[in-house]
Amino acid sequence: MAGLEDLYREIILDHYRNPRNRGELECPPARRAEGFNPLCGDEIVIYLDVGDDGRVRDLKIGGQGCSISQSSASMMSQAVKGRTVEEVRTLNSAFKALMTIHESCLDGDGNEVGAEVGGDGSGTDTPVPDPNVSLGDLTALQGVVKFPVRIKCATLAWNTLTQAL
Amino acid sequence: MATLTSVHDTLDVARVRRDFPVYDQHRDPPLVFLDSAASSHKPRAVLDAMADYYETTHANVHRGVYAMAEEATARFEAARTRVARFIGATSTAEVVFSKNATESLNLVAQSWGRANLGPGDVVVLTEMEHHANLVPWLALAEQLGLQLRYLRVTDEGLLDLEGLDAALDGARLVSLTAMSNVLGTLPPVRAVADAAHAAGAVVVVDASQYVPHLGTDVDALGADFLAFTGHKMLGPTGIGVLWGREELLDAMPPFLGGGEMIRDVRLDGFTCNDLPWKFEAGTPPIAEAIGLGAAVGELERYGMAAVRAHEVALTSYALDTLRRRYGDDLVVHGPTDPCARGGVLSFGFRGIHPHDISQVLDQAGVCVRAGHHCAKPLMRRLGVPATARASFYVYNDESDVDALADALDACSDLFCF
Repeated sequence: MAGLEDLYREIILDHYRNPRNRGELECPPARRAEGFNPLCGDEIVIYLDVGDDGRVRDLKIGGQGCSISQSSASMMSQAVKGRTVEEVRTLNSAFKALMTIHESCLDGDGNEVGAEVGGDGSGTDTPVPDPNVSLGDLTALQGVVKFPVRIKCATLAWNTLTQAL
Repeated sequence: MATLTSVHDTLDVARVRRDFPVYDQHRDPPLVFLDSAASSHKPRAVLDAMADYYETTHANVHRGVYAMAEEATARFEAARTRVARFIGATSTAEVVFSKNATESLNLVAQSWGRANLGPGDVVVLTEMEHHANLVPWLALAEQLGLQLRYLRVTDEGLLDLEGLDAALDGARLVSLTAMSNVLGTLPPVRAVADAAHAAGAVVVVDASQYVPHLGTDVDALGADFLAFTGHKMLGPTGIGVLWGREELLDAMPPFLGGGEMIRDVRLDGFTCNDLPWKFEAGTPPIAEAIGLGAAVGELERYGMAAVRAHEVALTSYALDTLRRRYGDDLVVHGPTDPCARGGVLSFGFRGIHPHDISQVLDQAGVCVRAGHHCAKPLMRRLGVPATARASFYVYNDESDVDALADALDACSDLFCF
């Protein structure tokens, strides 16, 4: 069984204790999107303000959820601010790839997920990480794939961000 | 506060556990299974009955004339007889096998509902229903233009009877749970049923959490329909029951069409089979029904009075233990009197998200459910997005409660700062 330390890294707990960019933005000009995790009842609201230059001017997060969904949202908010919409999409894809379980990387117990999660070339639409994209602190969340039921917690904010874009 | 002094008869949990193979495995940490309200474990008698059927007598039921098919049919129908007796049904014609309680409730909604309800007709539900007893009616309301009314839940988690008469005014059907899967609340089904009948309404009871834990008599409950599922009462998944009053079932159109449910099929129409087979289209879950019959046998062997007494005592111990150790930091939703509730404890703990609680408890081998428990309207009423839920059954004892309480300390260590 994977240990809790794989899941609850210190940086994750830090973002959970002190969530960044909590709040609301006026809509318009900001866009608002809501996401739900039907499994656990988590709800997230994302306010996204994209400037005329096509960059994310501001992003605020509302809603409630577990430590994984809240910290993922908090880290996401930091990672996307100031980026162009295109860069945000690329980052989103890279994060989804990080959160994808690749069977070739799993042993029978779901342990031993490779640090470098690669595409399996099977021709499915499995996201393939772009080696040029740096996820920074977000890589702390990669332990989540060892707890498959929690992957949806980690991706909730990102899926909601996609709606807002 | 009711007392437990009348209880003489209870369970020997160490012996009961020997009936359940899941407790034979060596696990480190040991299994502390507190999620039977979601699905119970299966005793050896159930697994053996199903295996023996497949190994010795499998054949399609009600079809073959050969001896093996007769034997399969006999075991399948014997399970029905056992279930009928277990819930106080007067006839096996009233016991319909379904896939689960959800299908049973959908059957009532789609068959009785479509035949008897129309635009503006009133259906009364409660705020504490499982989605299985909400969505079929919400869907039917959309299809037929029904009006849905809800009995409220009090702050203590009891069914609020204040608005009962007003809600029942003109109602055609009332559908309510006999035991909340979130709060453990045991609503006064008989009182609601009597009032509903006086108002001319039909009464549907979702007994998914009731039949596994309390001796059930459909007449005493005042039900017209009663739905429950096998897998929460020591039986396998894939088998549920709808009990209904014969005259109601008789007058209802079939739910699903196909083999088994017909008497005759012509190119221009069909006639239906007798009850209960009219509502059992297609090859039924034969082994699962036999497994359910064996599960009923085990529950009868334990004795439902003993099962209930055991769970009241364990719930009482749990409420006391959690209160003593965590005081106001741990909030148990629902009635505080263990005699007024089932062995289902939904709780909040020090503001820690239930998902995180469940994850940390899992490291200590403690299995609890986290989430909205398929009761989102009730979650909104309670003002929480989700709860953690520990639920008890015949194989749980005080050591499980102690393990839960100990493991909660680890949650505090990680998340409270």
